Amino acid sequence: MIKLYYFAGLREVTGKAEEMADLAGQTVGDLYNWITDQYPAVPISSVRIALNEEYALPTDVVQDGDVIAFIPPVSGG
Amino acid sequence: MSVFEIVTEPIVPQTYADYVLRPEAGAVTVFTGHVREWTEGVRTLYLAYEAYVPMAQKKLAEIGREIEEKWIGTKVAIAHRIGELQIGDIAVVIAVSSPHRSDAYEANEYAIERIKEIVPIWKQEIWEDGTQWVGNQRKKPKEIIYD
Repeated sequence: MIKLYYFAGLREVTGKAEEMADLAGQTVGDLYNWITDQYPAVPISSVRIALNEEYALPTDVVQDGDVIAFIPPVSGG
Repeated sequence: MSVFEIVTEPIVPQTYADYVLRPEAGAVTVFTGHVREWTEGVRTLYLAYEAYVPMAQKKLAEIGREIEEKWIGTKVAIAHRIGELQIGDIAVVIAVSSPHRSDAYEANEYAIERIKEIVPIWKQEIWEDGTQWVGNQRKKPKEIIYD
């Protein structure tokens, strides 16, 4: 199982801060399709994905126990 | 070792200035970013910041390493506060020391630009008539909740 985090405005779109999903073996690119299927309102073009607390490449493959974070546009400072 | 942290308590800038000060330093720049009341005619009541804390702290440290490689002889400390911040509160502090002042100024500005690019911290503006998560595009109140 993979742990998924949703932050800021994304949390409001999904209605949850985190969840578990069986996504082992999928690529990070596949996750964009997955989240769009689950939550059609997600503004996917502005979302970055972090895998185990690092920005991920679309070709990175997700393993059991990994942590994924969907990261909307950041606005610190 | 450096100080790169997400905090929930009020930021005391001197702590970070003291941390980067050392005998080789001839200059210390300390930038503090504050909660602003007025933005393009819209009045903010307060801000709520949240972060993906472990990743945000890693990314702040990464910015520190980038700076210490790019401007040799600099030392950096950065802290960002999350939670509810009132008008005038310090949201971020960046302290850079260097042998000469130009490096300290340049590196400090580089740090805030990088924070806005890569550190997973989000700001929600709370207005009299609504709220909005701040992202890449600016939008006026009431038009949209998320961008």
